[in-house]
Amino acid sequence: MSVRAVAVEAYREGLPALAASVLGGLLAGVVLGGMRGDFARVDGLLVLVPALLATRGNVYGSLGARLATGLHQGLVAPRVRGDSRLYRAVAAALANGLLASAFAAVAATLVLAGLARPVAPLPVLVAIALLAGLLSGVVLSLSVVVVVFAGYRRGYNPDTLVGPIVTTAGDVFGVAFLLLSVRLVLAVAGGG
Amino acid sequence: MPTDWTVRAITRAMLPVLLALTLVEIGSGLVLGGFEAELLSSPSLLVLVPVTIGTAGTLGSMLAARLSTSFHLGTLSLSPDDDVLVGNALATVGLSVTVFPVIGVGAWLLAAVTTGTTLPLVRVYAVAQVSGLALAVLAVAVTVGATAAAYRFELDPDDVVIPVVTNVCDVLGVVVLFLSVRLLV
Repeated sequence: MSVRAVAVEAYREGLPALAASVLGGLLAGVVLGGMRGDFARVDGLLVLVPALLATRGNVYGSLGARLATGLHQGLVAPRVRGDSRLYRAVAAALANGLLASAFAAVAATLVLAGLARPVAPLPVLVAIALLAGLLSGVVLSLSVVVVVFAGYRRGYNPDTLVGPIVTTAGDVFGVAFLLLSVRLVLAVAGGG
Repeated sequence: MPTDWTVRAITRAMLPVLLALTLVEIGSGLVLGGFEAELLSSPSLLVLVPVTIGTAGTLGSMLAARLSTSFHLGTLSLSPDDDVLVGNALATVGLSVTVFPVIGVGAWLLAAVTTGTTLPLVRVYAVAQVSGLALAVLAVAVTVGATAAAYRFELDPDDVVIPVVTNVCDVLGVVVLFLSVRLLV
Protein backbone atom coordinates (compact mmCIF):
# COMPACT_ATOMS: atom_id res chain seq x y z
CA MET A 1 0.00 0.00 0.00
CA SER A 2 1.16 3.55 -0.70
CA VAL A 3 1.72 6.05 2.11
CA ARG A 4 -1.45 7.85 1.05
CA ALA A 5 -3.60 4.70 1.11
CA VAL A 6 -2.26 3.73 4.56
CA ALA A 7 -2.89 7.24 5.91
CA VAL A 8 -6.45 7.44 4.49
CA GLU A 9 -7.38 4.02 5.89
CA ALA A 10 -5.91 4.76 9.34
CA TYR A 11 -7.69 8.14 9.42
CA ARG A 12 -11.08 6.64 8.44
CA GLU A 13 -10.79 3.83 10.97
CA GLY A 14 -9.61 6.12 13.75
CA LEU A 15 -12.08 8.98 13.48
CA PRO A 16 -15.19 7.29 15.06
CA ALA A 17 -13.26 6.06 18.13
CA LEU A 18 -11.58 9.44 18.51
CA ALA A 19 -14.93 11.24 18.18
CA ALA A 20 -16.34 9.04 20.98
CA SER A 21 -13.41 9.83 23.25
CA VAL A 22 -13.70 13.58 22.46
CA LEU A 23 -17.40 13.51 23.35
CA GLY A 24 -16.75 11.67 26.63
CA GLY A 25 -13.83 13.97 27.46
CA LEU A 26 -15.86 17.13 26.88
CA LEU A 27 -18.73 15.85 29.05
CA ALA A 28 -16.23 14.94 31.78
CA GLY A 29 -14.75 18.43 31.41
CA VAL A 30 -18.14 20.05 32.00
CA VAL A 31 -18.50 18.13 35.28
CA LEU A 32 -14.91 19.05 36.22
CA GLY A 33 -15.68 22.71 35.38
CA GLY A 34 -18.54 22.53 37.88
CA MET A 35 -16.20 21.22 40.58
CA ARG A 36 -14.07 24.37 40.95
CA GLY A 37 -15.46 24.94 44.44
CA ASP A 38 -14.63 21.36 45.45
CA PHE A 39 -11.05 21.66 44.19
CA ALA A 40 -10.66 24.85 46.20
CA ARG A 41 -12.03 23.14 49.35
CA VAL A 42 -10.13 19.83 49.11
CA ASP A 43 -6.42 20.52 48.57
CA GLY A 44 -4.77 17.78 46.52
CA LEU A 45 -7.99 16.61 44.84
CA LEU A 46 -6.95 18.04 41.45
CA VAL A 47 -3.61 16.20 41.71
CA LEU A 48 -5.56 12.93 42.06
CA VAL A 49 -7.73 13.45 38.97
CA PRO A 50 -5.37 12.07 36.25
CA ALA A 51 -4.49 9.00 38.35
CA LEU A 52 -8.12 8.19 39.11
CA LEU A 53 -9.23 8.62 35.49
CA ALA A 54 -6.29 6.56 34.16
CA THR A 55 -7.04 3.77 36.66
CA ARG A 56 -10.54 3.44 35.21
CA GLY A 57 -9.07 3.09 31.70
CA ASN A 58 -6.29 0.70 32.74
CA VAL A 59 -8.42 -1.61 34.92
CA TYR A 60 -11.65 -1.78 32.94
CA GLY A 61 -9.87 -1.65 29.57
CA SER A 62 -7.96 -4.71 30.74
CA LEU A 63 -11.22 -6.38 31.90
CA GLY A 64 -12.73 -5.73 28.47
CA ALA A 65 -9.66 -7.10 26.67
CA ARG A 66 -9.72 -10.20 28.93
CA LEU A 67 -13.42 -10.82 28.23
CA ALA A 68 -12.88 -10.30 24.48
CA THR A 69 -10.03 -12.81 24.46
CA GLY A 70 -12.07 -15.23 26.61
CA LEU A 71 -14.98 -15.06 24.15
CA HIS A 72 -12.63 -15.66 21.19
CA GLN A 73 -11.11 -18.68 22.97
CA GLY A 74 -14.48 -20.05 24.13
CA LEU A 75 -13.45 -19.71 27.81
CA VAL A 76 -16.50 -17.60 28.66
CA ALA A 77 -19.96 -17.67 27.13
CA PRO A 78 -21.68 -14.36 26.36
CA ARG A 79 -24.12 -14.80 29.26
CA VAL A 80 -24.14 -12.90 32.53
CA ARG A 81 -25.62 -15.63 34.74
CA GLY A 82 -23.84 -18.56 36.31
CA ASP A 83 -20.30 -18.08 34.99
CA SER A 84 -17.83 -18.09 37.85
CA ARG A 85 -14.92 -17.08 35.52
CA LEU A 86 -16.80 -13.91 34.63
CA TYR A 87 -17.56 -13.14 38.30
CA ARG A 88 -13.91 -13.66 39.26
CA ALA A 89 -12.66 -11.41 36.44
CA VAL A 90 -15.05 -8.65 37.53
CA ALA A 91 -14.14 -9.12 41.22
CA ALA A 92 -10.43 -8.89 40.34
CA ALA A 93 -11.03 -5.69 38.34
CA LEU A 94 -12.97 -4.10 41.23
CA ALA A 95 -10.35 -5.13 43.80
CA ASN A 96 -7.45 -3.84 41.70
CA GLY A 97 -9.31 -0.63 40.89
CA LEU A 98 -9.93 0.02 44.60
CA LEU A 99 -6.33 -0.78 45.55
CA ALA A 100 -4.95 1.54 42.87
CA SER A 101 -7.37 4.33 43.89
CA ALA A 102 -6.38 4.15 47.57
CA PHE A 103 -2.70 3.91 46.56
CA ALA A 104 -3.09 7.05 44.42
CA ALA A 105 -4.62 8.96 47.37
CA VAL A 106 -1.81 7.89 49.73
CA ALA A 107 0.94 8.63 47.16
CA ALA A 108 -0.51 12.06 46.32
CA THR A 109 -0.76 12.95 50.02
CA LEU A 110 2.83 11.87 50.73
CA VAL A 111 4.27 13.70 47.70
CA LEU A 112 2.32 16.92 48.39
CA ALA A 113 3.30 16.83 52.07
CA GLY A 114 6.93 16.23 51.04
CA LEU A 115 6.81 19.24 48.73
CA ALA A 116 5.27 21.30 51.56
CA ARG A 117 2.20 21.95 49.40
CA PRO A 118 -1.24 22.12 51.05
CA VAL A 119 -3.08 18.80 51.20
CA ALA A 120 -6.37 17.65 52.75
CA PRO A 121 -6.32 15.06 55.60
CA LEU A 122 -5.36 11.58 54.33
CA PRO A 123 -8.64 9.88 55.46
CA VAL A 124 -10.68 12.42 53.46
CA LEU A 125 -8.72 11.82 50.21
CA VAL A 126 -8.67 8.02 50.71
CA ALA A 127 -12.43 7.96 51.42
CA ILE A 128 -13.13 10.04 48.29
CA ALA A 129 -10.86 7.84 46.11
CA LEU A 130 -12.36 4.57 47.43
CA LEU A 131 -15.98 5.69 47.15
CA ALA A 132 -15.44 7.06 43.62
CA GLY A 133 -13.53 3.89 42.67
CA LEU A 134 -16.31 1.63 43.95
CA LEU A 135 -19.21 3.50 42.34
CA SER A 136 -17.53 4.01 38.96
CA GLY A 137 -16.15 0.43 39.10
CA VAL A 138 -19.60 -1.12 39.48
CA VAL A 139 -21.04 0.96 36.64
CA LEU A 140 -18.03 0.44 34.34
CA SER A 141 -17.92 -3.35 34.96
CA LEU A 142 -21.60 -3.55 34.02
CA SER A 143 -21.08 -1.37 30.93
CA VAL A 144 -18.07 -3.37 29.73
CA VAL A 145 -19.75 -6.76 30.26
CA VAL A 146 -23.04 -5.73 28.65
CA VAL A 147 -21.44 -4.01 25.64
CA VAL A 148 -18.81 -6.70 24.97
CA PHE A 149 -21.39 -9.53 25.23
CA ALA A 150 -24.09 -7.72 23.24
CA GLY A 151 -21.58 -6.72 20.57
CA TYR A 152 -20.20 -10.26 20.36
CA ARG A 153 -23.68 -11.78 19.97
CA ARG A 154 -24.44 -9.33 17.16
CA GLY A 155 -21.25 -10.32 15.35
CA TYR A 156 -18.97 -7.36 16.17
CA ASN A 157 -15.35 -7.93 17.13
CA PRO A 158 -15.35 -7.16 20.89
CA ASP A 159 -11.70 -6.02 20.70
CA THR A 160 -12.61 -2.94 18.67
CA LEU A 161 -15.55 -2.08 20.97
CA VAL A 162 -13.63 -2.08 24.24
CA GLY A 163 -11.27 0.88 23.69
CA PRO A 164 -13.75 3.60 22.78
CA ILE A 165 -16.34 2.41 25.33
CA VAL A 166 -13.94 2.33 28.24
CA THR A 167 -12.40 5.70 27.35
CA THR A 168 -15.77 7.41 26.93
CA ALA A 169 -17.63 5.78 29.82
CA GLY A 170 -14.51 5.90 32.03
CA ASP A 171 -14.13 9.66 31.65
CA VAL A 172 -17.82 10.47 32.13
CA PHE A 173 -18.57 8.08 35.03
CA GLY A 174 -15.13 8.63 36.55
CA VAL A 175 -15.65 12.38 36.93
CA ALA A 176 -19.38 12.18 37.74
CA PHE A 177 -18.82 9.72 40.61
CA LEU A 178 -15.81 11.75 41.79
CA LEU A 179 -18.13 14.75 42.16
CA LEU A 180 -20.73 12.66 44.03
CA SER A 181 -18.06 11.11 46.30
CA VAL A 182 -16.50 14.48 47.20
CA ARG A 183 -19.89 15.91 48.15
CA LEU A 184 -20.84 12.79 50.18
CA VAL A 185 -17.51 12.59 52.02
CA LEU A 186 -17.53 16.31 52.81
CA ALA A 187 -21.11 16.05 54.07
CA VAL A 188 -20.21 13.13 56.36
CA ALA A 189 -16.98 14.82 57.51
CA GLY A 190 -19.10 17.70 58.81
CA GLY A 191 -19.04 20.11 55.92
CA GLY A 192 -15.27 19.99 55.45
CA MET B 1 1.15 -18.33 29.03
CA PRO B 2 -2.35 -16.90 29.55
CA THR B 3 -3.39 -15.79 33.03
CA ASP B 4 -5.78 -18.06 34.97
CA TRP B 5 -9.17 -16.53 35.61
CA THR B 6 -8.76 -16.21 39.38
CA VAL B 7 -8.68 -13.01 41.41
CA ARG B 8 -5.20 -13.87 42.65
CA ALA B 9 -3.69 -14.65 39.21
CA ILE B 10 -5.26 -11.59 37.57
CA THR B 11 -4.08 -9.37 40.42
CA ARG B 12 -0.56 -10.77 40.21
CA ALA B 13 -0.42 -10.03 36.48
CA MET B 14 -2.01 -6.60 36.72
CA LEU B 15 -1.28 -4.89 40.05
CA PRO B 16 2.48 -4.11 39.73
CA VAL B 17 2.03 -2.37 36.36
CA LEU B 18 -1.13 -0.66 37.59
CA LEU B 19 0.61 0.80 40.66
CA ALA B 20 3.62 1.95 38.58
CA LEU B 21 1.31 3.66 36.08
CA THR B 22 -0.60 5.25 38.99
CA LEU B 23 2.66 6.83 40.20
CA VAL B 24 3.32 8.16 36.68
CA GLU B 25 -0.18 9.68 36.67
CA ILE B 26 0.44 11.30 40.09
CA GLY B 27 3.34 13.05 38.31
CA SER B 28 0.92 14.46 35.76
CA GLY B 29 -1.40 15.41 38.63
CA LEU B 30 1.44 17.43 40.19
CA VAL B 31 1.86 19.34 36.90
CA LEU B 32 -1.89 19.97 36.93
CA GLY B 33 -1.64 21.16 40.54
CA GLY B 34 1.13 23.53 39.40
CA PHE B 35 -1.32 25.61 37.37
CA GLU B 36 -4.37 25.06 39.57
CA ALA B 37 -4.85 28.83 39.98
CA GLU B 38 -5.16 29.39 36.21
CA LEU B 39 -7.44 26.35 35.82
CA LEU B 40 -9.75 27.40 38.65
CA SER B 41 -10.01 30.98 37.38
CA SER B 42 -10.75 29.94 33.75
CA PRO B 43 -13.51 27.29 33.55
CA SER B 44 -12.93 26.72 29.82
CA LEU B 45 -9.35 25.59 30.54
CA LEU B 46 -10.61 23.17 33.22
CA VAL B 47 -13.07 21.73 30.67
CA LEU B 48 -10.08 21.16 28.34
CA VAL B 49 -8.21 18.98 30.87
CA PRO B 50 -9.92 15.55 30.56
CA VAL B 51 -10.55 15.85 26.83
CA THR B 52 -6.92 16.79 26.06
CA ILE B 53 -5.59 13.93 28.23
CA GLY B 54 -8.09 11.45 26.77
CA THR B 55 -7.52 12.45 23.15
CA ALA B 56 -3.74 12.30 23.49
CA GLY B 57 -4.01 8.81 25.02
CA THR B 58 -6.45 7.66 22.33
CA LEU B 59 -4.24 8.99 19.48
CA GLY B 60 -1.25 7.15 20.93
CA SER B 61 -3.10 3.90 21.69
CA MET B 62 -4.68 3.75 18.21
CA LEU B 63 -1.31 4.25 16.54
CA ALA B 64 0.28 1.69 18.88
CA ALA B 65 -2.47 -0.87 18.12
CA ARG B 66 -2.03 -0.40 14.35
CA LEU B 67 1.76 -0.57 14.45
CA SER B 68 1.55 -3.60 16.73
CA THR B 69 -0.71 -5.43 14.25
CA SER B 70 1.60 -4.61 11.31
CA PHE B 71 4.49 -5.73 13.48
CA HIS B 72 2.84 -9.13 14.11
CA LEU B 73 2.02 -9.46 10.40
CA GLY B 74 5.63 -8.67 9.55
CA THR B 75 4.72 -5.70 7.30
CA LEU B 76 6.39 -3.05 9.46
CA SER B 77 9.99 -1.94 9.36
CA LEU B 78 10.95 0.91 11.69
CA SER B 79 12.72 3.06 9.10
CA PRO B 80 11.77 6.61 8.10
CA ASP B 81 10.89 5.53 4.53
CA ASP B 82 8.49 2.74 5.58
CA ASP B 83 5.06 3.32 3.99
CA VAL B 84 3.07 1.80 6.90
CA LEU B 85 4.97 3.87 9.46
CA VAL B 86 4.82 7.17 7.56
CA GLY B 87 1.17 6.66 6.53
CA ASN B 88 0.09 5.96 10.14
CA ALA B 89 2.12 8.90 11.45
CA LEU B 90 0.45 11.23 8.91
CA ALA B 91 -2.98 9.88 9.86
CA THR B 92 -2.23 10.62 13.55
CA VAL B 93 -1.33 14.23 12.75
CA GLY B 94 -4.38 14.49 10.44
CA LEU B 95 -6.73 13.17 13.14
CA SER B 96 -5.28 15.60 15.67
CA VAL B 97 -5.65 18.58 13.33
CA THR B 98 -9.27 17.51 12.72
CA VAL B 99 -10.45 17.04 16.31
CA PHE B 100 -8.51 19.62 18.36
CA PRO B 101 -10.26 22.66 16.81
CA VAL B 102 -13.58 20.95 17.70
CA ILE B 103 -12.23 20.36 21.22
CA GLY B 104 -11.21 24.02 21.66
CA VAL B 105 -14.47 25.49 20.40
CA GLY B 106 -16.51 22.77 22.15
CA ALA B 107 -14.81 23.38 25.51
CA TRP B 108 -15.37 27.15 25.26
CA LEU B 109 -19.05 26.75 24.25
CA LEU B 110 -19.74 24.19 27.01
CA ALA B 111 -18.04 26.39 29.61
CA ALA B 112 -19.98 29.42 28.33
CA VAL B 113 -23.30 27.56 28.68
CA THR B 114 -22.60 25.98 32.09
CA THR B 115 -20.28 28.08 34.25
CA GLY B 116 -19.46 31.16 32.15
CA THR B 117 -16.11 31.95 30.54
CA THR B 118 -13.36 34.40 31.37
CA LEU B 119 -11.13 33.81 28.30
CA PRO B 120 -12.00 34.78 24.70
CA LEU B 121 -12.94 31.94 22.31
CA VAL B 122 -9.91 32.49 20.09
CA ARG B 123 -7.54 32.04 23.06
CA VAL B 124 -9.06 28.68 24.06
CA TYR B 125 -9.09 27.59 20.40
CA ALA B 126 -5.39 28.49 20.07
CA VAL B 127 -4.48 26.55 23.24
CA ALA B 128 -6.31 23.46 21.91
CA GLN B 129 -4.85 23.69 18.41
CA VAL B 130 -1.24 24.20 19.53
CA SER B 131 -1.54 21.45 22.17
CA GLY B 132 -3.08 19.06 19.62
CA LEU B 133 -0.34 19.53 17.06
CA ALA B 134 2.43 19.12 19.64
CA LEU B 135 0.71 16.04 21.10
CA ALA B 136 0.33 14.35 17.68
CA VAL B 137 4.09 14.71 17.03
CA LEU B 138 4.91 13.49 20.57
CA ALA B 139 2.46 10.55 20.28
CA VAL B 140 4.20 9.40 17.08
CA ALA B 141 7.64 9.71 18.69
CA VAL B 142 6.64 7.86 21.88
CA THR B 143 4.82 5.08 20.01
CA VAL B 144 7.63 4.46 17.54
CA GLY B 145 10.18 4.52 20.37
CA ALA B 146 8.13 2.09 22.50
CA THR B 147 7.50 -0.26 19.54
CA ALA B 148 11.22 -0.26 18.69
CA ALA B 149 12.08 -0.99 22.34
CA ALA B 150 9.56 -3.88 22.46
CA TYR B 151 11.10 -5.26 19.25
CA ARG B 152 14.62 -5.01 20.61
CA PHE B 153 13.75 -6.68 23.94
CA GLU B 154 11.53 -9.27 22.20
CA LEU B 155 8.39 -8.29 24.14
CA ASP B 156 4.90 -8.61 22.72
CA PRO B 157 3.96 -5.04 21.72
CA ASP B 158 0.28 -5.73 22.62
CA ASP B 159 1.13 -6.31 26.29
CA VAL B 160 3.67 -3.56 26.75
CA VAL B 161 3.41 -0.82 24.17
CA ILE B 162 -0.30 0.03 24.42
CA PRO B 163 -0.50 0.61 28.22
CA VAL B 164 2.86 2.44 28.28
CA VAL B 165 1.98 4.65 25.31
CA THR B 166 -1.52 5.44 26.63
CA ASN B 167 -0.26 6.52 30.05
CA VAL B 168 2.81 8.40 28.76
CA CYS B 169 0.52 10.27 26.33
CA ASP B 170 -1.83 11.07 29.27
CA VAL B 171 1.08 12.70 31.10
CA LEU B 172 2.32 14.50 27.98
CA GLY B 173 -1.27 15.75 27.50
CA VAL B 174 -1.11 17.57 30.84
CA VAL B 175 2.46 18.85 30.32
CA VAL B 176 1.71 20.18 26.82
CA LEU B 177 -1.53 21.79 28.05
CA PHE B 178 0.43 23.44 30.87
CA LEU B 179 3.03 24.81 28.43
CA SER B 180 0.41 26.07 25.96
CA VAL B 181 -1.47 27.83 28.74
CA ARG B 182 1.79 29.45 29.97
CA LEU B 183 2.61 30.48 26.37
CA LEU B 184 -0.79 31.68 25.18
CA VAL B 185 -2.89 32.75 28.18
